[in-house]
Amino acid sequence: MSWTLKFWDSTVGKKVLMALTGAAGFVFVIGHMAGNMQVYLGRDQINAYAHFLHEKAGLLWVVRIALLAAVGLHVLSALQLQLIKRAARPVRYQKPGIIQATPASRTMIFTGLLLAWFLLYHLAHFTWGNAHPAFRELDAYNNIVTGFQHVPSSVFYIVCMVLLGLHLGHGGNALFFSLGLVHPKYRQAVRAITYALMLLVVIANISIPVAVLAGVLKI
Amino acid sequence: MRIILHVWRQKNAQSPGKFERYERPEVSPDMSFLEMLDVLNEDLVNKNEQPVVFDHDCREGICGACGFVVNGIAHGPEDGTTVCQLHMRKFKDGDELYLEPWRAKAFPLVRDLLVDRSALDRIIQAGGYITAPTGTSVDANNILVAKPDQERAMDAAACIGCGACVAACPNASAMLFTSAKVTHLGNLPQGQPERLDRVEAMVATMDKEGFGSCTLIGECSAACPKSISMDSIARLNGDYIRATFVKRPLELSGQGSG
Ligand code: HEM
Ligand code: FES
Repeated sequence: MSWTLKFWDSTVGKKVLMALTGAAGFVFVIGHMAGNMQVYLGRDQINAYAHFLHEKAGLLWVVRIALLAAVGLHVLSALQLQLIKRAARPVRYQKPGIIQATPASRTMIFTGLLLAWFLLYHLAHFTWGNAHPAFRELDAYNNIVTGFQHVPSSVFYIVCMVLLGLHLGHGGNALFFSLGLVHPKYRQAVRAITYALMLLVVIANISIPVAVLAGVLKI
Repeated sequence: MRIILHVWRQKNAQSPGKFERYERPEVSPDMSFLEMLDVLNEDLVNKNEQPVVFDHDCREGICGACGFVVNGIAHGPEDGTTVCQLHMRKFKDGDELYLEPWRAKAFPLVRDLLVDRSALDRIIQAGGYITAPTGTSVDANNILVAKPDQERAMDAAACIGCGACVAACPNASAMLFTSAKVTHLGNLPQGQPERLDRVEAMVATMDKEGFGSCTLIGECSAACPKSISMDSIARLNGDYIRATFVKRPLELSGQGSG
């Protein structure tokens, strides 16, 4: 077996891939959140941003394909590892107990799969527009406000951002272990910074549907 | 004190198992957990019943032979302690305790609370050693080891191979066990020549034996009677990355040394 395949075939190699693709996802959601915040600067600003992205069509597609590949590898590894983990304990404990495991760490596959579902909905909602009640191509401001005026959509987004927070709350720190990047001098800083970034992403993103429902952002 | 035991009884891996209830009306708080089971077994033998099978040897927390799950916690509720060093004073009068064997595909059940942990031995055989010339022992301090490296190596070397990490892990992963040996030898000069080959071989065997993968949940380290740190897992991952992407393959020039 070639060395690349051997790496992919091992559970440790798959985790390294999950960590790299997960880190790419983490960086992406931070950038995406920063882009989203322009909705507070008014219709013109966010629509100009949308136009700007679409003018750079070449770059946009490179980023899209890279992200698609990252999500694909992340999900594929997650599912393969899930099968391995389940097979590793064919008989479960009749009286299970835990000492310190956080809910986030024990539910990575569930929060992850729900995020995959959210991702599809989110694309259909704001990118393709087919899940949007009043979609207007490249009128991001309109799409955001009319989209979130629909209460069930807003609730769904808020719930999914909490799931993202759980996923990144554990994953953001775990990825440093998966990559062997743990050092006593930086341990606390890494933990604090990943938590802070996770909270920033979650709270900033949740603020948008809340602002629409509260009438702060309107047509 | 009075203790109610529910002990997992299973004849062998093929037959089904179930909890058997045993009332222990007169348990001394000074007994160790295994002594309490010894007394139970004496009573069972006197009644012509099969004693509860469990593994044990040193009974002083250093050999790694003992181990089962008490109320969902590997080695029971006391931190950093094997079940042989757990004492009944840790429990209250009237407590109900459920005893189960380590549950993992890689640890086939032998009987009752006894499982076969030779999968861990095979991981060690794959690379958990150094190849050194034998003969008379070398002088002390011939090879100098920095204090922080000594300490890290010794902390990891404390692993007794009991398998509690596998038992406690929701994924039945053996990463803490494997990484303890990688960390122990990888921190010492004698471990360097084989360091990257070791991690590759040990991980390959770990995967082949059917252990799960690591999700960094941390139950392993929390259950470990020697409190092996999660940092050793990060170290294994880092060494595995180096072994894959940095290590040079053997390139024979064909010219010999003539
Ligand atoms: C929104 C995009 C996503 C981001 C930013 C993300 C991020 C991360 C990160 C940083 C990790 C930690 C990697 C590590 O432990 O080293 C991780 C782990 C994980 N992710 Fe995701 N993830 C995303 C989507 C998904 C999806 C769609 C799934 C669906 C299956 C998923 C499933 C998992 C699982 C199961 C783990 C734990 C893997 C393990 O520890 O074995 N993630 N994720
Ligand atoms: S019997 Fe040796 S560690 Fe418990």
